[in-house]
Amino acid sequence: MADDLLTIAGTAFSSRLIMGTGGAPSLEVLERALLASGTELTTVAMRRVDATTQGSVLDVLTRNGIRILPNTAGCFTAGEAVLTARLAREALGTDWVKLEVIADERTLLPDPIELLDAAETLVDDGFTVLPYTNDDPVLARKLEDVGCAAIMPLGSPIGSGLGIRNPHNFQLIVEDAGVPVILDAGAGTASDVALAMELGCSAVMLASAVTRAQDPVLMAEAMRHAAEAGRLAHRAGRIPRRFHAEASSAMAGRADLDSRERPAFRSV
Amino acid sequence: MSRSSSGSRAGVLVIGGGVIGLAVAWRAAQRGLRNVTVVDPCHGGGAAGVAAGMLAPVTELQYGEEPLLRLGTASNQRYGSFAAELTEASGGLDTGYRRCGTIAVALDSDDREELRELHAFHQRLGLESSWLTGREARRLEPMLAPGVRGGLHVADDHQVDPRRLLAALVAACERAGVLLHRAEAAELLVDGGRATGARLSTGDSLGADQVVLAAGPHSHRLPGLPEGVLPPVRPVKGQVLRLQVPDAYRPFLSRNVRAVVRGQHLYLVPRENGELVVGATTEEQGYDTTVTAGGVYELLRDAHELVPGITELPLRETSAGLRPGSPDNAPLLGPTSLPGLVAATGHYRNGVLLTPVTADLLADYLATGEVPDLAKPFTPTRFSPDVPTTKASA
Repeated sequence: MADDLLTIAGTAFSSRLIMGTGGAPSLEVLERALLASGTELTTVAMRRVDATTQGSVLDVLTRNGIRILPNTAGCFTAGEAVLTARLAREALGTDWVKLEVIADERTLLPDPIELLDAAETLVDDGFTVLPYTNDDPVLARKLEDVGCAAIMPLGSPIGSGLGIRNPHNFQLIVEDAGVPVILDAGAGTASDVALAMELGCSAVMLASAVTRAQDPVLMAEAMRHAAEAGRLAHRAGRIPRRFHAEASSAMAGRADLDSRERPAFRSV
Repeated sequence: MSRSSSGSRAGVLVIGGGVIGLAVAWRAAQRGLRNVTVVDPCHGGGAAGVAAGMLAPVTELQYGEEPLLRLGTASNQRYGSFAAELTEASGGLDTGYRRCGTIAVALDSDDREELRELHAFHQRLGLESSWLTGREARRLEPMLAPGVRGGLHVADDHQVDPRRLLAALVAACERAGVLLHRAEAAELLVDGGRATGARLSTGDSLGADQVVLAAGPHSHRLPGLPEGVLPPVRPVKGQVLRLQVPDAYRPFLSRNVRAVVRGQHLYLVPRENGELVVGATTEEQGYDTTVTAGGVYELLRDAHELVPGITELPLRETSAGLRPGSPDNAPLLGPTSLPGLVAATGHYRNGVLLTPVTADLLADYLATGEVPDLAKPFTPTRFSPDVPTTKASA
């Protein structure tokens, strides 16, 4: 949608899907899934790839013109995350970073205190920081205050496919935010993506929902449609919810559209 | 046989003396091909020297990889006779081939669901695998943690000892008259649009009627290889541990044990000589083969959760190898777009499993010039830009 772009730190994207690369059965399937998703921005775990290897996931992204967003997956302290981000900047020549500081391996939930620390340090160091955060409106505001370029709250734990567990928090975050809010983690299927967009998210980030699907390429296409549909619905404005029915058109004075086939209903 | 020197000529020149290159050379010589030469600085090295040797096409099945399953199953079925023949041809060296079966188990309900999905997939494809409750799994393998929630028994997924396999292949090659030339291939020689041999690190050039590229993750960066002839084959690092089961503890484990531990795949392969191999990490780290604290920790942590008793075993060895990963995880087998150059690489995590079938298919092609049907989905040209989808992934 050329007239409705996603803008992060002054850079415009026409796709509102940010993809991850973890969990794909093969690079070849990953490539086809990324193309089917229409994504223009894709994360790569900097601790898990070597930027100089030919035929790596980085080659797949570069060859398809997909912007690489390095992340700090696997870091448990602000110190590790800052170091990883700096190494990524050196290796890839980008100062964008998706910042992840994980509290423990069981839940993979963000450690909010380490996260805020790391975000502050990296912003000061000139990075464009996109933090993976809890769905906490207060923390979201503080991350924006220290200068993050987007807020990426989780719908539910990474890889769980449990969707958005607290839609109300997402509405609070979106209402307050002056930067794009991007659902990160939790999407399990297309309806989760559509819901995020309807709630006012600017984009959705996902990996497992596609890479671990039985047919990743087909699921990627579904996600693309869901993001577009949800975004359109959000812009169009949904109707208010009512407890009782309300006919879409009144019974009185209804047009008589086909009197030949339905003579019994002919109006006199 | 005389040592080759500048100007000498091979019928078949195999670049790479790992498990694939050696097996292809041995089978080619058996088929009557003349002057088969394998160049490698260290024959019998490569990824197989680190690999655990699990022969598990069924338990390792993934969505979309049914053609690879067919190739893996075909190779698994010929393993018994391949191993027996190799033992004879090598003058009695045992390959450690063991028909032990495999169980795959889960430690929590999320991991059990993943195994259930695999079981359903097996059933749709008509593969033999049976579901076990946690207690049934622990009756088969009493050393498993009490927390095991369920599992799958696959009776036909076996094991071989890759180090013994390599030693047997080296001996069989020598006895079959294959020349094992200790040198690195420094450059592929191409003349008139055809691969004509290789220049070696020693400075010698070796002409050949047919060149087989079996250099694993180094295949793709062989100097002189024209652009686009071979799809990228990237190194995918795997760290592996070797423990020793003392006699008093045996059998400890009686079959291959696989598990999904919080989404991470782990395996334990117990050998008859007491060696217990625990693997493996999967890392995209270029050509780096260092063993890291994190890699060893994660393997031990997950293995301990699965089989608590392993903490009592001596840790004999830690090592890291490079799997040759093709874009679709399936091997590149047969003629390339460069006449005279034949590929046998890109086997990723299945090199040891696919050794017998690769050797048979390649020897067939080298002897007859015909690509066998089983090899057709794995043609190295399947990634060319005008072929949007590949045949090796369904």
